[in-house]
Order: sequence, then C-alpha cells, then structure tokens
Amino acid sequence: MACERWSATPEQFDRYLDGELDAAGARDLSTHLRKCASCAADVLERVQMKRAVHAAGIRYEPSAEFRAKIARSVAARPRPRMALLRIAWIPALVLLITAFLLSSYLGRERAARQRVYSELADLHVATLASSTPVDVVSSDRHTVKPWFQGKIPFAFNLPELAGSEFTLVGGRVAYLEQVSGAHLIYQIRKHEISVFIFPQSAGAMRSLPSGMANAASFNSDTWTKNGLRYFVIGDASGDDIQALGKLLRGV
Amino acid sequence: MLDRRQSIESPRFHPQNIFSWPRNKTRSRWFTLMSVSEERPSAASFEELAMPLFDQLYNFAHWLTQDRSEAEDLVQETYAKGLRGFSSFQPGTNFRAWMYRILRNSFLTSRTGLKTMAALDDEVESLPAEVATPESLLIDQSNREMVQQELASLPVAFREILLHCEVEEMSYQEMAETLAIPIGTVMSRLSRARAALRTALRKRIEGGRHGV
Repeated sequence: MACERWSATPEQFDRYLDGELDAAGARDLSTHLRKCASCAADVLERVQMKRAVHAAGIRYEPSAEFRAKIARSVAARPRPRMALLRIAWIPALVLLITAFLLSSYLGRERAARQRVYSELADLHVATLASSTPVDVVSSDRHTVKPWFQGKIPFAFNLPELAGSEFTLVGGRVAYLEQVSGAHLIYQIRKHEISVFIFPQSAGAMRSLPSGMANAASFNSDTWTKNGLRYFVIGDASGDDIQALGKLLRGV
Repeated sequence: MLDRRQSIESPRFHPQNIFSWPRNKTRSRWFTLMSVSEERPSAASFEELAMPLFDQLYNFAHWLTQDRSEAEDLVQETYAKGLRGFSSFQPGTNFRAWMYRILRNSFLTSRTGLKTMAALDDEVESLPAEVATPESLLIDQSNREMVQQELASLPVAFREILLHCEVEEMSYQEMAETLAIPIGTVMSRLSRARAALRTALRKRIEGGRHGV
C-alpha cells in the first residue's frame, strides 16, 4: 500500500519536517498526510529520527574551568585594550600636534634669530672692511646724534664716555630687513664694536630674547628700550661688550 | 507515542506544531541576535556574540574529535581565531555560520581532521536506496545511547551535517554557508546521512532482536 505519489520522493518528507519545503509544497503534503496512512507513518518515523538525533546529539558539556578560560580569553584582552586605545588616542594626538607646532615654531624662531645675528655680523664686518666705515666721523656724541636727524625715523641718546675706555668712532645708516637704523662704531683697545639701533617693531627683531650671545666668535648683547632694539656686537671680550651695553642702557 | 490519527486529522496540522518541532523558535531567537548586530555593527563585541555559542560549539567539537582534550583545543583555537579575525566579520551576516566555519576549518587542518575527512569525496555517489521496511523504526529516549553510538560511528561528513540540522537546527542555507557547499549538496548529503543512520539503526535493532 505504498503511496505512489510521495513515496517516490521520500526526501520531500525530510525537507517538509526541516521546514524547508516551499509553502505550496508544504500545503500539498500536509493535505495528503491527512488522507494517506502510509505516508503519515513514514513522516512519523522521520520525526522520531529527528527527535532521537536531537536528543542524542546534545551529549557533551564543556567543563566549568574550560568555559571560564575561554570567557577570560575573549573578555579580558580585547575590551580594556580597545578602551585604553580609545582613551589614549585623543591625548596622544593632541600631544603629537602640540609637539609638532612647538618644534616648528621654535625652529622658525631660532632660524629668524640666527638670520638677524648673521646679518648684523655681516654688517659689522663689511663696514669695518670698507674704506669709509663711517659716514659721520666724530668722537663727539653731540655731533653724531644730530647727523642721524632726518635719516632714520627715530631719535636716540648716546652715553657720555668720559671716564670709560670706549671711544666713539662715528656712525652711518644701516638697514636690517628693509628697516633703516643707526649703526655706531665704538673702539676699545683696538677692537671695534658695532652698536645697532632699530625700531623694535621691525620683523624678526620683535621676538628676539634680550641678553648676551656668541655667534661665529662675535660677542653680542641685545635689549629693547623705549621701543628701540639695541644690538652690541664685536670681537671684543664679553666683558667689554657688556660694559658698553651697560653704558648705553644707562642713557 | 504520538497518536497519529488524531494529530494528522487535527485542523492545525503543521509540521511545526503537530510534532512540536522547535525550529522556528530557535531561528527567531537567532535572528534577533543577528539583527542586534545589524543595528549596531560596531557595538556588539566578539564576546557578546560568541559566548552564547560556547556550549553548542563545544558539543559539536567533541562530536567531531571524539575526545575531550582535543575538543577543548579545537574550541580554544576557534575562539582565538575568531577574536583575531573579528574585524573581518561582516556585521549582519550569519555569525554562527562564521564561527562553525572557523571550527570546521581548524578541525580539517588538525591531525585528527586530516585523517577522518580524507574520504569526503562522496558527492558523486548515488544515494543508498531507501529500504522499505514493513515495521517502522521505533526510536525513543531509551534508545539514546544506541543513537549516540551509531552517530559516532558515522563518517564525519554525515555526523556533522546531522548535528547541524538536528541539534543546532540550522537552515539549509546556514549549513551551506557553514560547510561551504551548495544548497543542493546540503540536501543530498543530508538525505544520505539520514539514510545511513537509519540503516545502521535498523541493523542494530534487528540484530539485537535476533540476538535475544
């Protein structure tokens, strides 16, 4: 009493029980099963098989220690590390950017300062090497100071040198970064010392730190006063440079 | 035993309710889990997705290897690989199939796996003929041990597909993804696995009957 229509394709029963038969096929078979005892018996046997395998298949249980071990291995590692990365990411980036900006700013500063000093050293050397180092030749500050009138856009005072070892040689107009300023030459024991005075607002001079420096064996001193930037530079000793600086600061 | 006539004549006849097969329930639970990962792809961590699978993965690994310590090694390797490769997992796709695939590949490259899966070129063979027996095969809870023994002695390819279908209750599509085979092959291999198990059980039952 085998059913001809369905028993020819018994795997349809499995597909039906697996819930994989399409809706129309499932409806068909369902209708058929109500009428056909032989197919219903077959289907029932397959259901029993499924249940038996389901029950038999759930057989092995992991030990509690092993579960804990795996849980630790997937939980402990990735999470804190990811969290740490997420937290550390922003400050690290900020630090990096700050360091970059700072170093590039400092680098620019240093380069600008270096440029100013080398230009002044050049001016100093070139002036001394020229046949006419100064345009106003006078050891009298009262002659030199008025000479600059109308040649530079500011006025300055020069110190009284009586009682010191310094002598004024003269002065000329100098240019630094397209700005005109006063270039005075002093002498002490055969050493010539240049004193430059520029308006403070000009270019790289604005950010120069005050104080003594030594570049290419020239000693120098710089400071600002009344909106003017003073430079003292020469091959004289640091003490002499400082002493002249002190005189000039005093006026 | 189920009252056949009454059940079949019931107006609510449907494979899912007459035989109270929990397939739909199981799937919907899984789809819920999957849809969580679809909504927040980055938020669902590996741990959240993988730990609920721990028991079934272990059970499956033990069935494959037939040895506790080998099964533990296999599961451990699976979780380690899964964790490492989690970034390559596409949220919204089937995570369970992905994990089973990792486990299976790890098993295949293991020593035991290489031995047992060597003869898995079974797709071209024809299906063993369905043996029509006059008596139906009576299997119930008391036969559990017998079914377990026969399941364990099946070829690994049959064992794993039966476990996927009946224990893990995977859909054919999910099995195709897990086993990396076409859905047609899933159906034919499943039929052959069932036939093989049925034949083995029949022999056993009949042999036992004759032996008594």
